[in-house]
Amino acid sequence: MKKLISGMLAATMALSLAACGGTETSSAATGSDGSSSAATSEGGTTAEGTGTPIHLGGIGPLTGDNAAYGIAVNNGAELAVNEINAAAGTEVFALDFQDDESDSEKAVNAFNTLLDGGMQVLVGPVTSNPSISVAAECASENIFMLTPSASSVDVVTAGEGTAFQMCFTDPNQGLTAADYIADNSLGTAIGIIYDSSDAYSTGIYTAFAKEAGERGLNIVQTSSFTSDNNTDLSTQVQQCQQAGADLVFLPIYYQQASQVLIAANNIGYTPTFFGCDGMDGILGIDGFDTSLADGLMLLCPFSAYGEDDTTKTFVSAYEAAYGETPNQFAADAYDCVYAIYQCVQDGTITPDMSAQDMCDALKSAFTSMSFSGTTGENQTWAADGTISKEPKVYQVQDGAYALVGSEE
Amino acid sequence: MQFLSYLISGISLGSVYALIALGYTMVYGIAKMLNFAHGDIIMIGSYVIFFAFGSFGMNPILSVILSMVVCTILGVTIERVAYRPLREAPSLAVLITAIGVSYLLQQVAQLLWSANPKSFQSIVTGIGLKPLVLFDGQLTISAEAIVTIIACVIIMVALTAFVNHTVPGHAMLAVSEDRGAAQLMGVNVNGTIALTFAIGSALAAVAGALLCSSYPTLSPTTGAMPGIKAFVAAVFGGIGSIPGAFLGGVLLGVIENLSKAYISTQLSDAIVFLVLIVVLVVKPTGLLGKKINVKV
Amino acid sequence: MPLSRLKHMKKTTRSNLITFAIVIVFYLVVQILSGAGVTSRSFEGQLVPICAYVMLAISLNLTVGFLGELSLGHAGFMSVGAFSGVLLWTVLGDSVPVYVALPLAFIVGGVVAGIFGVIVGVPVLRLSGDYLAIVTLAFGEIIKNIINACYLGIDENGLHFSMTDATSLGMEPDGKMLINGAMGITGIQKASTFTIGIVLVLITLIVILNMINSRTGRAVMAIRDNEIAAQSVGINLTRYKLTAFVMSAVFAGFAGVLYGLNYSSLVASRFDYNTSIQILVFVVLGGIGSIRGSIIAAALLTVLPEVLRGLQDYRMLIYAIVLIVVMIFNQSPQIVAWRKRIVARFTGKKDEKKGVA
Repeated sequence: MKKLISGMLAATMALSLAACGGTETSSAATGSDGSSSAATSEGGTTAEGTGTPIHLGGIGPLTGDNAAYGIAVNNGAELAVNEINAAAGTEVFALDFQDDESDSEKAVNAFNTLLDGGMQVLVGPVTSNPSISVAAECASENIFMLTPSASSVDVVTAGEGTAFQMCFTDPNQGLTAADYIADNSLGTAIGIIYDSSDAYSTGIYTAFAKEAGERGLNIVQTSSFTSDNNTDLSTQVQQCQQAGADLVFLPIYYQQASQVLIAANNIGYTPTFFGCDGMDGILGIDGFDTSLADGLMLLCPFSAYGEDDTTKTFVSAYEAAYGETPNQFAADAYDCVYAIYQCVQDGTITPDMSAQDMCDALKSAFTSMSFSGTTGENQTWAADGTISKEPKVYQVQDGAYALVGSEE
Repeated sequence: MQFLSYLISGISLGSVYALIALGYTMVYGIAKMLNFAHGDIIMIGSYVIFFAFGSFGMNPILSVILSMVVCTILGVTIERVAYRPLREAPSLAVLITAIGVSYLLQQVAQLLWSANPKSFQSIVTGIGLKPLVLFDGQLTISAEAIVTIIACVIIMVALTAFVNHTVPGHAMLAVSEDRGAAQLMGVNVNGTIALTFAIGSALAAVAGALLCSSYPTLSPTTGAMPGIKAFVAAVFGGIGSIPGAFLGGVLLGVIENLSKAYISTQLSDAIVFLVLIVVLVVKPTGLLGKKINVKV
Repeated sequence: MPLSRLKHMKKTTRSNLITFAIVIVFYLVVQILSGAGVTSRSFEGQLVPICAYVMLAISLNLTVGFLGELSLGHAGFMSVGAFSGVLLWTVLGDSVPVYVALPLAFIVGGVVAGIFGVIVGVPVLRLSGDYLAIVTLAFGEIIKNIINACYLGIDENGLHFSMTDATSLGMEPDGKMLINGAMGITGIQKASTFTIGIVLVLITLIVILNMINSRTGRAVMAIRDNEIAAQSVGINLTRYKLTAFVMSAVFAGFAGVLYGLNYSSLVASRFDYNTSIQILVFVVLGGIGSIRGSIIAAALLTVLPEVLRGLQDYRMLIYAIVLIVVMIFNQSPQIVAWRKRIVARFTGKKDEKKGVA
C-alpha cells in the first residue's frame, strides 16, 4: 500500500509539473516583427484587426520510429503560419501541433486535446492508420481535416467527406507509376521491394501490381520487408538481382530506400530504381552519398530543386529556419496551411466561426476552388476529399532532381 | 552460389547480432539483469562515430575508440545511477528501470541529433578495405561482413580468455555463481559489476560501429530492434554463456536471412521466433546453457 | 452493510471490497462530472483505453504476480482477441442487433484469446524464468507478424484468404476486404463506451479475485512459492499453471476487443512487445501481486503522457525520467528504508503496519 501511495505522490508531482509547462501552447505565431501598420497592406477582406487567430491543430509523430515525418510536417506548417502572420501583420493562424507516435490511440487523444484547446481546423495526421481513426472522429464531430501525407483511401472513406488529402492516394500513385513505366518502356523485367508492415507501401504495391498485370509489365521478383527486419535489406536486393530485374520499384520511404541503394551498390547491381513520393528526402539524409542515387526516378509532386517562385521562396525560407532541405512532407504541410489561408483570404472562413460552421464552409470551398502551391499548380479536390494534381516524374542527376516527365 | 551468398550475408548479420548478444550475456551472466537499454547504448555509440568520423573526419579507428570510451562512461554511469540502487530489489524492478533508461536514451538522442535519419559511412571502407570478389565476380563478400565476422570471433575468444584466466575474470565468475559468497570472500561486487557494464558497453560501441557500417541507416530507434533480436540470440544460445551468445547470434542471422530468401520475407521473423521456441522447448536452457539443478 | 461488520470481515474480503469500491466510485464520479460538463474531451477520450489497460494489468498480474512467471507477450493475446472480436463485429454489422452482436464479439474475442492461451501455454509453461519470458515475447511477435501478413476478404463467392498480398485473393471488384495485411481492419463501427469498459473491469475483478481466493488460486500461489513442495503435496502443476495462464489470456482478449472497438482502425503492429512491456510496467509499478495497485498504476500511467502534452518535445523524456525515478523510489531497499525513517519521524515512531493490497 505504501508503495502505491508513494507512486501516486510521484505521479502527482509529475502532473503538477506538467500543468506548469502546459500553459505555454506552441503558438507558432510570433513571426511578425513589430510593424502592425503593415496590416492594411495585405490580405484584404480577412478578419484582420480583430486579432483573434484561427486555431489550427496539427497531429503527427514527433517521437518514435516515424518522428522524422511528423517533424517535417510540423516544420512545414509552422513555417507557413509564421509567414502568413508576418505578412498579415496580425495573428491569422495559431498552430498547436501534438505528438501521436504514429498510433491511433495517441492520435485520438491528441485530437481530443486539440479540441479542448479550441482547435477549429485540423492539419494532419501524418501517417495513415492514425488518420483513419482521427478521420472517423472528424466525421462525427464535423471538424475539417486536411491531411498533408496520409495517403490511404481509407482515410477519406472514414472521413465521410470531412477529411481531405493534400497528397495522392496510394492506389493512384501505384497506378500512375505502373502506367508511366509501361508508357515509357522503362523496364523489361521489374523487381519490387516494399514494406509489408506499412499501409502506405502496401497500398501502392497492391495497386501497382494490379495495373502492371493489366499493362503487361513483367514482374520478375516481389520482395518485402517489415519494420522489424528492415535492418538488413541486402537479401531483398540480391533476390532482385538474381531474378534479373532491370527496374526495381521501391514504394517505400527514403530511409529504407537509401539502404537499398547502398546494398545494391555494394554488390554492383545497377538497375533503374523507381520510387514514389515517400522517396523524396533521400538526398537530404545526413551523410548519404548522393551519387548513389544518380539515375533514381521518383513520382513525386514536389521538388525542392524546382525553379518556380513559390518553391524557391519556400525552400530558402525552410532552409533558413530549420537548416535542412525540405521534403514533400514539409511541402505538403506548407501547402495545407496556404490552402486554408486561401479560404481565409476570400472570406470563406472567419475566426469567429465555430469549428463546425468552418467545416461546412471549407468543405464546399475546397470542392469548388483551385489551389496552387509548392506541390503543384491548379490542384482541385473531389467531394470525397481526394486531390487531383499533375503527377510529375523526376530523375536524380548530380544530387538534384530533374523533371523528366509528367503523366496525366 | 546463390545459396552461398545468402548464407554469407546471413553470417554477417548474425555476427552483428552475436556482438550485441555478447554484451547482453556478459551483463546477464554477472549482474543477473536484462539490460534492455543495451541496444540504445549501441545507438549512442554509433552517433558518436557518425560525428567523429563522418562529420569531423577523424581517423576511423580513433573514432571507434572514442565511441568505446563514451559508451563505457555512459554504461557505468547508468549502472551507478539507475541500476545499483535496485541491486537488492526484485529483478523485475531493474527490468522496468532498464526500459525507462532505454526510452530516456532514445529521447535524448532525438533531442540532441533530431529524428532525421543519418546515413552512416562505413568505417570498414574508411580503413581502406575492399570487398572480396570470388569465382569471377559471382560471389562478392563485403569488407564489412569479413571484418564483422573476424571481430566477433576475436572478441569472443578474448572474452572467454579474460573470464577464465584473469583475476577480475574470476571475480566475475564468482559474482555470477553466488554474489553473497563472493562478497564474503573479499570480492568487490559493486566494482566487478561496474567492470562488467564497462566491458559490455565498450562492446556495444564496437557492435554499433559494425552494425551501422553494414546497415547504414542511423536514427534514435536504430538500436531497438537489433537489441531485441540480440537478446533473443543470447537466450537462444543459453544466456550467460559467451560461446552460446556467439552461436545463437550467428544462427539467428542465418535463419533470418535464409527464410527471407527462400520462404517469405514477411514471415521471416515469425520463423526465427518459431525456431527459438522449438529449441527452448526441447532444450530449456538454450543451446549451450548450463543446466540448473533445482535444490529441494 | 454496516461498518461494524466491515471491521470483522476477513482481511482479504475487506481489501477486495475496497478495490470494487474504488472502481465504482471512480465510475460514479466521472459520470457526475461529465454530466455536469466539467470533464475535458481529452479525459473522456481516455476512459475506454484506461479500462482496457486496467483489465490488461489485472490479467497480467495473474501471470506475473500470482503464477510468478514473467510474460512479455501479453499484447499478443490482446491482439488475437481484438482481431477476432472486431472481425466478428464487422461481419455481423447491421444484420444482427447490437445487443446480440456486441456480447458475441466480446465472447469470441475472449474465447479465441483463450485458445491461443492454451496453444502458447502448453509449450511455454514447461520453461521458467527468463527463458519463459523470451518465449512469450517470441509468441507475441509471431502473432503480430502473422496477422500483419494476413489478408482476408469477402465477396459473393464467399471468404478469400491469403498470406501473401491482397491481389492474390482474386476477389470480385465489389468484394470487401476484412483484414488487409498491415492495414489491418478499417472502417470499424465504434461501439466501446466507458460503461461497457467499467462493467468489463468489474467482471474481470470478480472472476480473478474469486479465483485467487479459491482452491485454484491457492494452488497457483503454492506453485509460485515452491514448485517442488507444491508438487510433493499432489498439486497438478501443469493444470493449475495452465488455468491461470489461460484465464490471463482470456481477459487480455476481452480487453483487446474493448480497445479495438474504440477506434475505427486496428493494426497488428500496435500490439508489439512494446505494448506488452507497457502493461508489465503497470503491473510492476502498481506492485507485483497487488490487483488494486495494478488498477491505479494502469490508470495513472495511461493519463500521464497525455497530461505531459504541455511539455512538447520533452514529454517522453520526462515520462522516461518519471518511470526511472518512481521505480528507484519505490523499490530500492535503501530508499525504502530511508522513507520509512522519515515517515516514522513524523508519525511518532509508530511501527508501520504492513499494508495489504
